[in-house]
Amino acid sequence: MKTLTYKVIDGNSKGYLALLAILGLFVLAGAVAFFYMEHNGHWVTGMNDQVVWGIPHVFAVFLIVSASGALNVASISSVFNRKVYKPLAPLSAVLAITLLLGGLTILVLDLGRPDRLIVAMTKYNFKSIFAWNMLLYNGFLAIVGVYLWFMLERKMNQYSRYAGFAAFFWRLILTTGTGAIFGFLVSRQAYDVAIMAPMFIIMSFAYGLAIFNIVTIASYSWTNRQLGDVIFERLRKLLGIFIGAVFYFVTVYHLTKLYATKHHGVENFILLHGGVYTDLFWLGQVVIGMLIPAILVFHPALAKSRRALVTASALVIVGGISQMYVTIIGGQAYPMVMFPGKIVESSFFDGGIKSYIPSLPEFALAFGGFALSLIMVALAIKILRLLPESLSDAEIAPHHKA
Amino acid sequence: MSRQETDSSRRQFLGQAAAAGLLIAPGVMLYKVAQARTPEMPASAINRWGMLIDTNKCATGCSDCVSACQTENGWGGKNSNEKHSAITQKAQWIRKVKLTDKLSGYVQSLPLMCQHCESPPCVDVCPTGASMKRADGLVLVDKHICIGCRYCMMACPYKARSFVHETLTGQKPYAPRGKGTVEACTMCVQRVDTGRTPACVEACSGEGHKAMYFGDLKDPASEISKRLKKYGGSEIRSDLDLNTGVRYQGL
Repeated sequence: MKTLTYKVIDGNSKGYLALLAILGLFVLAGAVAFFYMEHNGHWVTGMNDQVVWGIPHVFAVFLIVSASGALNVASISSVFNRKVYKPLAPLSAVLAITLLLGGLTILVLDLGRPDRLIVAMTKYNFKSIFAWNMLLYNGFLAIVGVYLWFMLERKMNQYSRYAGFAAFFWRLILTTGTGAIFGFLVSRQAYDVAIMAPMFIIMSFAYGLAIFNIVTIASYSWTNRQLGDVIFERLRKLLGIFIGAVFYFVTVYHLTKLYATKHHGVENFILLHGGVYTDLFWLGQVVIGMLIPAILVFHPALAKSRRALVTASALVIVGGISQMYVTIIGGQAYPMVMFPGKIVESSFFDGGIKSYIPSLPEFALAFGGFALSLIMVALAIKILRLLPESLSDAEIAPHHKA
Repeated sequence: MSRQETDSSRRQFLGQAAAAGLLIAPGVMLYKVAQARTPEMPASAINRWGMLIDTNKCATGCSDCVSACQTENGWGGKNSNEKHSAITQKAQWIRKVKLTDKLSGYVQSLPLMCQHCESPPCVDVCPTGASMKRADGLVLVDKHICIGCRYCMMACPYKARSFVHETLTGQKPYAPRGKGTVEACTMCVQRVDTGRTPACVEACSGEGHKAMYFGDLKDPASEISKRLKKYGGSEIRSDLDLNTGVRYQGL
């Protein structure tokens, strides 16, 4: 590999400024939504005492999981020593940091008492997975920050591999922690299964890479820089493998639940008669999130198509958000089984499917957090020398035949 | 046996009895003192407050326990201070549940609230420690450090907790409630700490139903302990092995 020149983007074009303006508007809308919700209380949202976590949590968990996956490219270059990925490792680390910050922003701003964030930072119940996660998230930001510094500072380059190792292990623990938020909940039928932790790790690989692919291809195409077939082919195949792995884990998750009679009710709800949840599972998570992207990625006629990979990545993101909706909202909508063999009725909606209609402020907060992640990336590539001037085949792999 | 011998053995017996009494008395005294602790004394593990609900006596359609809780603790009812919240968002510290057996059609009715578990999942998951269990078994929320994350509501197997969705006014000074925090049945801690019975139990007895009993599960002489020993009692979701403080008969 030749010595690559890393260069900031000019960032003066109308397109770039328009991108910042659009993302900025979403961030602004998110901020307004936060103040509106904070001032009035959560009655202005669709969340209630039955479905306590809503759209903000769907997006927050999606972004947090994706953050870990966005580090894929950096991990593969540092931990598995695949040199071809190395030029994109700094962008991968920056995206990991910004996605996590975006997700955490949503999560924090949705709290009933966001003004008490300092309490959350100073009082820890060490048996709480949330408390573990606060340490894991902050640790992730610190470790990936150091890793990024080692990659960008020439004098520290020699240590970047070690920081890469640390970041790789930390991200696995981090996503285990995120999956465990649900997997360790004994009370609800859709959760309480250990496979959720590794399943979230595999999902993070796919979702994070999908966002990374779009950011990378957009950055290169919009700045007229070259992204050669060698690196493109790697990203394409990697996404395909991750989609396959997610499919496997989702299948095993449902088979595990389907085997036990006591879980037939919840499986019947998600897979057959759950209305929006069933639609989102089959259409959103399976068809849009896995089948169509798999075809786009593996179809020989589309092997060189940048557009096909961007579309596939966008669909994986749509599928990922659908999956989070089914997991988080669907898991709450299905009633907890307290009295097996009985029809349960009460004024507190026991026994029935719980209703949840997401509200505009929730969407605004969620999109605001996503936009915040992207605006930070857009600014980072203008401020930091993250992107090689060219990633043409001749630059990164002169002897490689794509 | 001669008279002298009889006197001697009687003296011996009395002496042994007195010694045993001396040994037992301090324990008895301690126990009695603990039962009637003053409000200044901290909650202690000498007690475990619990409730027993006899579903056979709980009348379908009666909701006196719910109304009493509302009046005592200042939530819900006709004069609810949650003016904006939708019906799905309004707090319910205790509710009546109707059960119909799918096979036989047998109908039962029971009140459901925080089960005051010995190993509460809500306390496990709370990141700040706001969800906590007192030494005497009451599971409460410290409203000063609750950040409103609602993880406890996700974790509670009994759906016993509510989130306050709006600004409230007119709260009872002894039952703090506030926007953005989570709340649940406190077993009327303000009453228990002054030696009284929870409002729901009082109302149920007052109406003559006597379907609810309150007392100290650690005191073998308490009515609740005696009834549990005589008739037994089951836990809801006993598969989770949470050792709940609220037990049911007839389930």
